[in-house]
Amino acid sequence: MTARTWRRPPLIADARLRWGLSVAVVVYLLLAVSSLEVNWQRVLDGLERGADFARALITPDFTSRSEDILDGFLESLAMTFVSTAIGLLLAIPVAVGAARNLSPLPVYLLCRGFIAVSRSFQEIIIAILFVAMLGFGPLAGVATLAFASIGFIAKLLAEDIEAMDPRPLEAIRATGGSLAKTLHWGVMPIVLPRLVGVAMYRLDINFRESAIIGIVGAGGIGATLNTAFDRYEYDTAAAILLLIIVIVLASEYASGFIRGRLR
Amino acid sequence: MPVYFDDGQPVWRRRSPRAVLLTWLGWFVAVAVLVTSWMFVSERTIWIFVTDAPSQGADLVSRMLPPDWAYTATLLRPLWDTINIATLGTLLALVFATPLAFLAARNTTPALPGVRAAALLIIVASRSINSLIWALLLVTIIGPGVLAGILAIALRSIGFIGKLLYEAIEESDHRPVEAIVASGASPGQMRLYAIAPQIAPAFAGISVYRWDINIREATILGLVGAGGIGLELIASVNVLAWGRVSMIFLLILATVLLSEWVSARVRAAVT
Repeated sequence: MTARTWRRPPLIADARLRWGLSVAVVVYLLLAVSSLEVNWQRVLDGLERGADFARALITPDFTSRSEDILDGFLESLAMTFVSTAIGLLLAIPVAVGAARNLSPLPVYLLCRGFIAVSRSFQEIIIAILFVAMLGFGPLAGVATLAFASIGFIAKLLAEDIEAMDPRPLEAIRATGGSLAKTLHWGVMPIVLPRLVGVAMYRLDINFRESAIIGIVGAGGIGATLNTAFDRYEYDTAAAILLLIIVIVLASEYASGFIRGRLR
Repeated sequence: MPVYFDDGQPVWRRRSPRAVLLTWLGWFVAVAVLVTSWMFVSERTIWIFVTDAPSQGADLVSRMLPPDWAYTATLLRPLWDTINIATLGTLLALVFATPLAFLAARNTTPALPGVRAAALLIIVASRSINSLIWALLLVTIIGPGVLAGILAIALRSIGFIGKLLYEAIEESDHRPVEAIVASGASPGQMRLYAIAPQIAPAFAGISVYRWDINIREATILGLVGAGGIGLELIASVNVLAWGRVSMIFLLILATVLLSEWVSARVRAAVT
């Protein structure tokens, strides 16, 4: 009789599922890797440019394109503020419509459908459409970010409204309060802190996104960054990337701080 | 609630005068920032193009319908590339993010000064930059193609996975760690037998969650030349073939919904 030895329990208990999954993963990886078409010569040639970029990160050039950089960041910030404000204003009625405890079924389905569409597509895809409609420039960016913000803010807000205590609503309705009064006295006091928090969070996201939608012509720092890369001006590109990291961190910290204070 | 005495009579107010003033000041600053921003945007807008936006929009929709169904056959290969970019990128990110997470977690970081700070710095830098920007950079360095896409996804995901994973490690129970160390385990064995089993479900959940996000992001990396279905998208937009564009949108939507479903199922199974 052999001594019993301890073995670690496997992650997936069913042996057949475990082996099936392992085989499937290996087959997929073989197929995927073999279908990669990589021009290794081009990659090797690129290593030198990679080293150039690494050097540029240590010696970023803020000065020679400082006007373009400043202009791009101001445009990004302006787009961020305007689009968040518009998105917030339009998200509130959509959120009320998408809360099952306040709205009739047809309105509910309409608003939920709108939220699903707004959230399914990446900002940059929406930006392509708005650029085609409104022309190049920051207005297309504002429209894009506002559209995406509506879905985002409305979804979180609607969930919050649905989760609220039904008793205050019932009390206001019982005294004959209209929908407007129900919203003002019943819903708003409860969801307002959450709304401010979500708006701050979205402000943060909108800035990040405003840095990339410029690639398809929707304004902001992304256009400047794209141009810098196209000209192989790595030192300017590195300066922009470092500024983006700093601003993103600052806004993340600020929005975290404000949301923490609200709780 | 502040109380003031007016002729000996107590008067209640909701806020103190100072708070009222600060609130108004806050509103004033917010409105001023908004108006300035709006003027900035408006200055750079050619309004004549905007006035015909509704007709442009209607025109766009009419060109998008019906979608170019026959185009789907051409799209299968780019779609396969897109899925590969997301999957291989996620796997590559897991390989780098796992050791990084152990270096960044307060309870497993080696007792060398600076290691934890360096690991956190890598996580922050990776997380702050969108994968599209990483792709922009990599395309100029190693040339356009799927490889640039995979690396862009990986570079963005390292920070995301690393952050969530190191938080999971920091939350792990310290008692199994003590038990295993007491039995004479080396630091490596301690991580493998005490911490790894605790974070395994979080690890699986985080990977699948990030894979789902990466599928979304991989669909657009082609816009800057990093392979996948985005290449076809930008090519169709550039030749104004809107029927093809809407077909690509439908395919992206289907892929995203499918990956979301898979991710939700797996996450429900592991947690």
